[in-house]
Amino acid sequence: MAAAIRQPGWYRGAIGLVLGAAFGFGLVVALRAISGLDVFQTEQTGYPHIVVPLITAPFGFLFGFGAFDYWFRWAAGKPTIPEDHSGHGAYSWKDYFKFNTDHKVIGTQYVVTTMIFFLIGGLLALLIRAELAQPGAQIVAANTYNGLFSTHAVVMIFLFIIPIFAGLANYVLPLMIGAPDMAFPRLNALSFWLLPIAGIIFLASFLAPGGAFDAGWTGYAPLSTGAPLGQSFFNIGVQFAGASSIATALNFLVTIITMRAPGMNLWRMPLLVWANLSTSLLVVGATPFVAGAQFMVFFDRILGMNFFNFLEGGDVISYQHIFWFYSHPAVYIMMLPGFGIVSEIISTHARKPVFGYRLMALALIGIVVLSYSVWAHHMFVAGMFDWLRVPIMITTLLIAVPTGIKVFSWLGTLFYGKIHTYSTAMLFSLAFIITFTVGGISGVMLGMIPIDIHVSDTYFVVAHIHFVLFGGSVFTIFAGIYHWFPKMTGRMYDERLGRVHFWGTVIGTWLTFIPMHWVGMDGMPRRVADYASQYGDWNLMISISAFLLGATQLVFLYNMIVSWRFGPKAGNNPWRANTIEWQVSSPPPVFNFDEIPRVVGGPYEYGTPGARHAIMGGEGEGAEIPETKPSTVTAPS
Amino acid sequence: MTRLPILKMVLAVIVLSVIQSVIMLQFDWFGDAASVEAGPIDTLLEVTIILSSFVFAIVCVALGYALYKWRAKPGDESDGLPIHGNTRLEIIWTVIPVILVLGLGGYSWAVLEDIEKEDENALTINTYAQQFAWTFGYPENGNKWSEGEFHVPVGRQVHFELQAQDVIHSFWVPEWRIKMDAVPGLATDVIVTPEKEGTYQLICTELCGFGHTTMRAKVVVESQEEFDAWIKEQTQEVPEDLLLTKDQYLEKQKQLEEQSGGIEGSGVQEE
Ligand code: HEM
Ligand SMILES: [Cu+2]
Ligand SMILES: [Cu+2]
Repeated sequence: MAAAIRQPGWYRGAIGLVLGAAFGFGLVVALRAISGLDVFQTEQTGYPHIVVPLITAPFGFLFGFGAFDYWFRWAAGKPTIPEDHSGHGAYSWKDYFKFNTDHKVIGTQYVVTTMIFFLIGGLLALLIRAELAQPGAQIVAANTYNGLFSTHAVVMIFLFIIPIFAGLANYVLPLMIGAPDMAFPRLNALSFWLLPIAGIIFLASFLAPGGAFDAGWTGYAPLSTGAPLGQSFFNIGVQFAGASSIATALNFLVTIITMRAPGMNLWRMPLLVWANLSTSLLVVGATPFVAGAQFMVFFDRILGMNFFNFLEGGDVISYQHIFWFYSHPAVYIMMLPGFGIVSEIISTHARKPVFGYRLMALALIGIVVLSYSVWAHHMFVAGMFDWLRVPIMITTLLIAVPTGIKVFSWLGTLFYGKIHTYSTAMLFSLAFIITFTVGGISGVMLGMIPIDIHVSDTYFVVAHIHFVLFGGSVFTIFAGIYHWFPKMTGRMYDERLGRVHFWGTVIGTWLTFIPMHWVGMDGMPRRVADYASQYGDWNLMISISAFLLGATQLVFLYNMIVSWRFGPKAGNNPWRANTIEWQVSSPPPVFNFDEIPRVVGGPYEYGTPGARHAIMGGEGEGAEIPETKPSTVTAPS
Repeated sequence: MTRLPILKMVLAVIVLSVIQSVIMLQFDWFGDAASVEAGPIDTLLEVTIILSSFVFAIVCVALGYALYKWRAKPGDESDGLPIHGNTRLEIIWTVIPVILVLGLGGYSWAVLEDIEKEDENALTINTYAQQFAWTFGYPENGNKWSEGEFHVPVGRQVHFELQAQDVIHSFWVPEWRIKMDAVPGLATDVIVTPEKEGTYQLICTELCGFGHTTMRAKVVVESQEEFDAWIKEQTQEVPEDLLLTKDQYLEKQKQLEEQSGGIEGSGVQEE
C-alpha cells in the first residue's frame, strides 16, 4: 500500500486531488483573511471557495497521477526514472488507464473517451428534442432547458468533435509520416488527461446551485457575467479543454515538421497530414482567444473586474469579437481534419490519385488564412461597427471557394476510378460530399448580410450548423473510425451492421435537419423551449427523426464493441492502401517500425504499375529502388 | 479513355436545377412579407436559391454519374486511371466560384444599401428591452409609453432606437425581415417601413435568460387615423429613468449601486 501510494497512479492521483482541492480552499481562506474579508462568506455568483479548488484540484490529480514526474525530476537535476518506454504500448486493458505515452494508446484513449462524451451529448440532444416535440412546456422548466442546449453544444464541440479528430490523428499520423511516435510523448499524454477533466467539470455544473451553465455555448456577456455558479464551471472547463487542444496542436506541428521519414517532402505528405498541419495552425493561433475570453468573463464574475460591465466602462460587444476570433476558426478546426480523412478514403476506394493534390493542399492553407478574417459574420446584427460588415461578407463568401475546390476535387477523384463501395467508410465519405455541400450552401446564404439579418439566431442557423457539423464533421469521423478500425484493433467490423448504421444516420440527418431550414426562415427563433403552434408538425417530425438518428448510433456502438472483441482478424492492409500506416502489422508494433521507412513517391500512386509510396525497412536491402515518377496522364476535358 | 458525355451531363444539371428551383420557389420560405425592405431581400433569396440549386445539381450529377459509370465489380482488383489533375479544370473551378460569390456579394451589398436608406420623415420609436419584456416610447407623441405592444402607421418609415437595460436582446419581426440586437451600453437602431396592415409578433432572438422563449410583444400596423386614435388612448408616459442620456444613466446606476452596496451580478460586494 505505502509503495502504491508513492508510485504514480490512481492512488497517488486521488490523494493529489484532495490535496489540490484543500490547497485551493486554503488559498482562498488565507487571501480573504489577509485582505480583511469575511473568511467563509459565499457570494451569490462568485463562490471563490468552490471555483478556486476547481482549478487546483485537477492539477493536484495530475501531479499525483504522474503527469509531471519526469519533468520535475529533470528540472530538479535528479536522475529521471527510465519509465520512458515502460509507458509505451498496452499489454492489458489496465494500460489504457495509465499515464501512457504511446501515441497509439493515447489515440485509442482519445477515441473511446470522446465517444462516451458523444453519447452523453446525444442524450442531452434527445432531451431537447423531447421537449420540443410539441408546443408548450412538457418535460423541463425553461431555465433547465437553457442548461440542456448549452451543455449539449459544449460537450459536442469541446469534448467530441475537436478532440476525436486529435485522437484519430494521434493514432494514424505518426504512422503515416513514418515516425516512431509523436515529438513530445509526455505532452501528448498530458493533453489527453486534460480532456476527461474538462468533461467532468462541464458535467459537474449540473450539480452547482442554480444549475448547469445556461448562456449557450457562446456564453455572451453580460448574460454570462451575471449567471449563477455553473457558468464558472464553463469558464474553467474551457481552459482545460483549450490547453489540451493547444498542446496537441504544438505536438502535431513539431511532429509533422521534424519527424517525417526521409524522402517525404511536403508534396509527398498524405492530405490527412496536410489537414492536421492546417488545423494545428488554426488551433495554436485561435484557441488562446477563447481561453482569454473565458478568463475575462471569469474575472468579471469572481474578482469584480469590468471587462464587459457597461456600467463601469466595459465594452459588451468586445466579448463577441474575441470569442468569434476563436470560434470561427474553430468551425474549421472541426472540419479540416475531416477533409483529410475523406481525401484518404476516397482515393483509396476509388483506386485513383487525389485529383489536383497540390491545389487540395493549397486550399487547406487558403482556408486557414481566410478563417482568421471572417469572424464578424457571426455579428452582422450584433450592433458592431457598420463598416466592418461588407468586408467581412466578402471574405466570408470567398472562403466558400477553397471549400468548393475540395468538393470538386473529390468528385474529380471519382471520375475514371474503380469505385468500391463495400466499405462503410467509403459510404460515409460519399454521403459527406452531398450533405456537406448543403451546409456550405446555407453558409453562403448566411454570409450574405441581408439574408443573415433575417435568419440570424433562428432555426436556419441551427440547420446550417448541423449540416456542417453532423453531415460534415461527424460523417467524416464515422468514416475515419471505420477506415482505421482494422488498423487500430487488428480486427474487422461487420459491414452489414455498418450499412444499417450508414443508412439510418444519413436518412436521420436529412430528416432531422432539413426541416429546420424551413421553420427558421418562417419565423422560429433558436434557443427557445417553446414555439408557436404552427410549427408543431415540423417539430414533431424533427423530433421523431432525431430519435431515429439517436437509435441508429446504438448499432454503431454494438458493431464497434463486439467487433473489437470478436471480429475476424484483419490483414495488414484490408483496403489495399498505399500510405505507410497500412504497410505495418495491424495493430502496429510498439515503436511502429523496426527501421524507419524511406519515402520514394507520392501517397496516392494508384494505377501506376510498380509505383511505391514508401519502402519499408528490411525491404529491398542493397537494391536500388528508383524514385517513383507520377505518371502523366491528364484527363480529357 | 472514354470521353465524358459532357452535353448529357450539362443537360442533366440544367434539368435538375430547374426542377429543384421550381420546387423550392413554390414554397413561401420566408413567410408573409409585410415591409418595403422585405421585397429586395426576398428577391435576393430567390436568386440565391436558384444559384444554389444549380451548384447542388452539379454535385449530385457528378457524384451520381461517377457512381453509375465507375463502380467496381466485386472482386475487381485493378486500379483507376492514374490521373493526377487537370490544371485547366482546376483553374475553372477556382475562378468561376470566385466570380459567382463576388457577384452575390456585390448584389447583397446593393440590397443592404437599399434597405438601410433613411427617410427624414421617419417616425422614431424608443424601444426598451429588459429581461423579459419590451416597452416602447413615442417621443413624437409626448413620450407616450406602451408595454408589451406597439402600434405603427402603415407606409411610413420607422426608426426603432434600441436600448437594452440588462443583457443583450434582439429585435425581430419575421414579416419585416429585419433584426438588430439591443446591446447594453450601446445605441443601435432598426429601420423599417411597414407596408401591410395587420398584427404581428416582435420576437426576442438573442438568448437573454430563462424567460427568453416568452419575450415577445404584439405589433400592430394600422392606418394613420387608427394609429392617432390609439396613441391618444395611451395614458402612460415613459418613466423618467428611461429617458436619461447614456451618461446620466451611468451616473444614476452608480448611485444606485452605492446605495445597495454591490454590483448586481458581479458577485462582489463591499463589506
Ligand atoms: C462555406 C463555408 C461556410 C460559410 C460561408 C459559413 C457561414 C456562416 C455564417 C455567416 C454563420 C453565422 C450565422 C448567424 O449566426 O447569423 C455561420 C454559423 C455557424 N457555422 Fe458556418 N459557414 C461555413 C461553413 C461552416 C463549417 C465548415 C462549419 C463547421 C464544421 C460551420 C459551423 C458553424 C457554426 C457552429 C455556426 C453557428 C455558431 C453559433 O452561433 O452558435 N460553418 N456560418
Ligand atoms: Cu463562422
Ligand atoms: Cu431574449
